[in-house]
Amino acid sequence: MSSTTNPSAQHTSTIGAIGAPSRRNTELALLAFAVVIPVFAYANVGLAIDGSVPSGLLAYGLGLGLMAAVGHLVMRKFAAYADPLLLPLATLLNGLGLVVIWRLDQSERLQNLAERQYGVFSPSAPNQLLYSAVGLALFVAVLVFLKDHRILQRYTYISMVGALVLLLLPLVPGVGADVFGAKIWISVAGFSIQPGEFAKIIIAIFFSGYLMVKRDALALASRRFMGLYLPRGRDLGPIITIWAVSLLILIFENDLGTSLLFFGMFVIMLYVATERTSWIVIGLLMSSVGAVGVASFASHVQARVDAWLDPFGCYQTSGACEQIGQSIMSFGSGGVVGTGLGQGNSDLIGFAANSDFVFSTFGEELGLAGVMAIFLLYGLIIERGVRTALAARDPFGKLFAIGLSGAFALQVFVVAGGVMGLIPLTGMTMPFLAAGGSSVIANWALVGILLRISDTARRPAPAPASNPDAEMTQVVRP
Amino acid sequence: MNKPLRRIAIFCGFLVLALLIRGNWLQYVQADELQKNKHNRRIAIERYEQPRGDIIVDGKPITGSKETSGSDFEYKRTYKDGPMWAPVTGYASQAFGANQLESIEDGILTGNDDRLFFRNTLDMLTGKNKEGGNVVTTLDGAAQKAAYNGLKQRGGKGSVVAIEPSTGKILALASFPSYDPSTIAGNSDKDAEAWQKLQKKENPNDPMLNRALREVYPPGSTFKVLTAAAALEEGLYKSADEKTDTPLPWTMPGTTTDLPNDGDLPCKDASLREALRVSCNTVFGKIGADLGNDKMLEYAKKFGFTEEQFTPVRSSASVFSDDMEPSETALSSIGQFNTATTPLQMAMVTAAIANNGTLMKPYMVDELQAPSLDTIEKTEPEELSKPMSAENAQILQSMMETVVSEGTGGKAKIDGVTVGGKTGTAQHGVDNSENPYAWFISYAKGEDGSSPVAVAVIIEDDDAVRGDISGGGLAAPIAKSVMEAVVKGRQ
Repeated sequence: MSSTTNPSAQHTSTIGAIGAPSRRNTELALLAFAVVIPVFAYANVGLAIDGSVPSGLLAYGLGLGLMAAVGHLVMRKFAAYADPLLLPLATLLNGLGLVVIWRLDQSERLQNLAERQYGVFSPSAPNQLLYSAVGLALFVAVLVFLKDHRILQRYTYISMVGALVLLLLPLVPGVGADVFGAKIWISVAGFSIQPGEFAKIIIAIFFSGYLMVKRDALALASRRFMGLYLPRGRDLGPIITIWAVSLLILIFENDLGTSLLFFGMFVIMLYVATERTSWIVIGLLMSSVGAVGVASFASHVQARVDAWLDPFGCYQTSGACEQIGQSIMSFGSGGVVGTGLGQGNSDLIGFAANSDFVFSTFGEELGLAGVMAIFLLYGLIIERGVRTALAARDPFGKLFAIGLSGAFALQVFVVAGGVMGLIPLTGMTMPFLAAGGSSVIANWALVGILLRISDTARRPAPAPASNPDAEMTQVVRP
Repeated sequence: MNKPLRRIAIFCGFLVLALLIRGNWLQYVQADELQKNKHNRRIAIERYEQPRGDIIVDGKPITGSKETSGSDFEYKRTYKDGPMWAPVTGYASQAFGANQLESIEDGILTGNDDRLFFRNTLDMLTGKNKEGGNVVTTLDGAAQKAAYNGLKQRGGKGSVVAIEPSTGKILALASFPSYDPSTIAGNSDKDAEAWQKLQKKENPNDPMLNRALREVYPPGSTFKVLTAAAALEEGLYKSADEKTDTPLPWTMPGTTTDLPNDGDLPCKDASLREALRVSCNTVFGKIGADLGNDKMLEYAKKFGFTEEQFTPVRSSASVFSDDMEPSETALSSIGQFNTATTPLQMAMVTAAIANNGTLMKPYMVDELQAPSLDTIEKTEPEELSKPMSAENAQILQSMMETVVSEGTGGKAKIDGVTVGGKTGTAQHGVDNSENPYAWFISYAKGEDGSSPVAVAVIIEDDDAVRGDISGGGLAAPIAKSVMEAVVKGRQ
């Protein structure tokens, strides 16, 4: 399990005192790029739209720079040995997301649409900047107050209750808000919050804690049946429960994405905990049964599937088809190099252009080159997360890290695959890029937790106390 | 725990890989298809991003652009004398796409054509805005006006096509009733309403139908000139004044039915000249039956039948069947039975005769210009076929000139100009129950023997009294005014 064994054998302990370098300076250099690239992109948008460098450039640059600086300093102080890539990657994605959201704010077409629908247009970029700051604050809070991720283990069952409550909140009358058929928002004091985004992290705590305790029972106390290890009924209980809960979310909240995400995350963690392939088979079977069952009953899911199969066949008759068709045409129109920031027509997508469909704007304006770069950035975040899981020395940390990274990977796949027409569209947000407070705040917290686990894993053990027996006998001279 | 972790890492790698492949698929493999998708509004947005290039007649634009506000589109298409020019320009609408020249030459008009690529790149570097190029047409404003006003005065449905025989340049291309493309150029509710009203189901007159190129009519007696050409070429008769071997009445082969003439005409053994002058069905019907289906089809094809023409606006193919009994061939050879032709096709037949037997490919785009007015592409006249020899063509010309000077085409006479022509009254409907179509084809000839213009006119006059319809009465005056306009312009 200890993958960071120190090669030096001069100490009796397995982990050396002269451990891995902290890599904080690498992080600082990368952060400089992560700030400069979005600043250039911002200037680019302004030049393309108005022909002048936008007046907010300095404020934007300073804002992003300040966020990066705060994050970096907190890391130096509280998580000195954490992974050097995660913070710059998150900063870069968040910065680019802000630029594109600001760019879509400038779209006359979207302004007119908002005025027609709500009577007033309000730009999203200032809010998004605020949410990013809040997200960073949460990130800092995680690093400062969560000294060791293993503390979270104590709250296993509280987490379960908390996650379920969060998930079910949107269904509570008076709190939940039904927005375009999806009941995934709650409104609190004028803010609308997507509790599912936070539930994602909290439920990972429950899964990790639960599986850490039950992994042996789940792995060993099983019967072999047709080449598969089937678990005992009582061990199966919680899994069935989670499956049922995800289906309930799907049915009552019209949220295909979140249920898929939860179930996928659970199957991944179960597999890692038990090392039994049979869990993957069972998980896939259960999820396909659930998906097919729901798809054949729920009309909105059916509409999504139809839109995915042939977006242009039903383009004129179905809103779902038009949306996905517009998104695909947006990608196609971008071609290999894209139209350039501010010069595309991805705003034709209209509704949700800067949230669920924000990635289409990247596709059109930055082209295939930009899309591949973004995917590689996401790929790197996932890779660092998995590496953190490998490096972690405790099963809870391993499970927690792989749960969070796996969920992150699934979310990227489900959202990007949805807007690109690879899989049916589900209403979820692209981490860090999409406009939406809950998403950006929750993802900053997620990165904070990964960094905490990573810091714990990479931090060298304290030097062994000096052994008095080994010291030279002191000669007391008269 | 590390083994499953590594497997999960590979799984996540596959997820990202799938996304990368999908990205390449959409943005590289399918990019072109998606960019050209008919639902892709970017095409229209780009089309109206800058003032559109113009379509030009006689050195003056017949189109324009004006700035619009409150929509995705910066500019809107405008048309001068829209209804008159609609069969030439087609429409370019923000909401309903484009057709005809507006669609075919869209690349030049928007400035997106590959041939403008170098220039556009240069403009981009120097910070200049992209501009559209112009499409210079072969049309003759005066002739078009004469044609359109002639049709409008008649008030029924109809169409006129005029061609310059020596080059194939289209000089006039009119269709009535027509529509004003300006009314549907925009994106508003008003435009949508106008569009609805122009559709065939709302408007039985089908004003958006380009009759000159897309409607086929039975040609009636005007087809007899083609039959005469075949007879001369095949050596069936050597001259215009040789007596033909035609009994009266003439019974169609394989039947017991006599082919009637339109009245008591001197058609017994009439010469070709006489037969054409009074329009004998018996003489030309018998020629068709004598030559047979294959020969007649061969000549029809040489004159352009059964092929679509691309002017570059596509015209429908005219019809001459290939599987007929001799009696049916006889009927077809006088322009009845299955024979059907576009007005353009009859203008081509006339032009080939007037051009001493050489058929030129008809075209209406003379030149494509870059925004700087430099020529990008110039259309050169192109020989399509040589359906008859110059001698035979001249014999046929003299016969057609007799039709105008002494026969049914008297109303097309122009002082000081030699005119040759042929009338036609084509029956249609079940048992000829509907009003027949009035045809007139003609050409004008200068003193040097070269012809500046050949015209085909068709009138489908719903309101006319049946007896009143004859090519000579309704269609010939319009053909005359079109020829006059061209001749006057050339002087």
